[in-house]
Amino acid sequence: MKHALSTLALLAALSPLSAGAVEYNQVLPAKSSVAFTYQQMGVAVDGQFRKFSGQLSFDPAKPTAARVSFDVELASVDTGAPEGDAEVAGKPWFNTAAFPVARFVSSGVKALGGNRYEVPGKLTIKGRTQDVIVPATFTAQGASGVFEGAFTLRRADFAIGEGSWAKFDIVANDVRLKFRIAASGK
Amino acid sequence: MKNHYTATAKSLHWVMAVLIIGLLALGFYMQDLPLSPEKLKLYSWHKWAGVTAFLLVLVRLAWRAGHRPPPLPASMPKPLQLAAHGGHLALYGLMLAMPLSGWLMSSAKGFQTVWFGLLPIPDLLAKDKALGDLLQNVHATLAVLFVLILVGHVAAALKHHFIDRDDILTRMLPARPTEN
Ligand code: HEM
Repeated sequence: MKHALSTLALLAALSPLSAGAVEYNQVLPAKSSVAFTYQQMGVAVDGQFRKFSGQLSFDPAKPTAARVSFDVELASVDTGAPEGDAEVAGKPWFNTAAFPVARFVSSGVKALGGNRYEVPGKLTIKGRTQDVIVPATFTAQGASGVFEGAFTLRRADFAIGEGSWAKFDIVANDVRLKFRIAASGK
Repeated sequence: MKNHYTATAKSLHWVMAVLIIGLLALGFYMQDLPLSPEKLKLYSWHKWAGVTAFLLVLVRLAWRAGHRPPPLPASMPKPLQLAAHGGHLALYGLMLAMPLSGWLMSSAKGFQTVWFGLLPIPDLLAKDKALGDLLQNVHATLAVLFVLILVGHVAAALKHHFIDRDDILTRMLPARPTEN
């Protein structure tokens, strides 16, 4: 009996998940990334956003109670070419002067088993809001935890790339978003 | 001594002449355009045509290795013969260096080349902005050099035809009787 108890205690100490009380709520921007890939005439080009912030509360013991809201500063975009960065800040693309941030707000969390989750929520970009489902995995790493996932959005749903850019023959509609969000717990 | 080029050599010469003059014109034109779908399209076309030119020059060098061109006229002074050979060597060098620098630049800039939108050409370099900018300068400088040498090449051919009145120009023209 005593042996079993100490084994349990050891397991609890080793696994942050079993601690139960840990709630991850502090986004660590330096260890996080929000990247994307788009297709330009059949060529995959990688980009990223350098500035973002978020509020979250995630207790691995009660994942369905988790909440997250995440803001991306659109002007911090790196499209892979400086000329492109200036272009996408403009009116036909993000129009960052009028709509500086893209915001995701979760409406719930579904546990898929293991460390896999689905986070439905509302994504607002350029004044347009769409329901999206964001798949994510969670991995505890010492005192912090890492959420990772990827999903595809269609730029036309948010009027990103209007006018001469609205056709998809040069810049494809699908944009693959890949995120890695590290958070510390309390 | 045979005094003509093979039909293959002539075809390669003229197809590449059209392609390279087109690439130079397109290159100088497109790079000044404001960013637009049109510009991105022209960039892709330029890269596809550039890769095509690279493949053609490889074929051309392979053909050239097995088929020596007809000799220069004996009446030509030695220094001019040397200049002609040097000029042709420079043209071959540029035909290789232009597309290679373009390919390297595109790799370093993080924009892979997908030939005709179908065949991905491997990136030779990892993405590196400073290196990309440097290679863009190399590509642009070689392009200016290429234009100068081409002007010299054309001027020399015309001088042979109209001043020296030899057959240097006509022996490269498609109309002459040929042998494969
Ligand atoms: C014989 C082959 C080629 C010729 C004659 C050629 C010629 C040129 C010229 C004249 C320019 C404008 C230079 C300037 O003033 O900035 C240019 C730009 C460019 N070339 Fe080429 N090129 C060739 C092959 C290639 C290849 C194979 C690629 C890529 C796979 C390529 C990619 C580019 C790009 C991306 C630019 C634009 C640079 C920029 O403004 O960002 N070129 N080329």
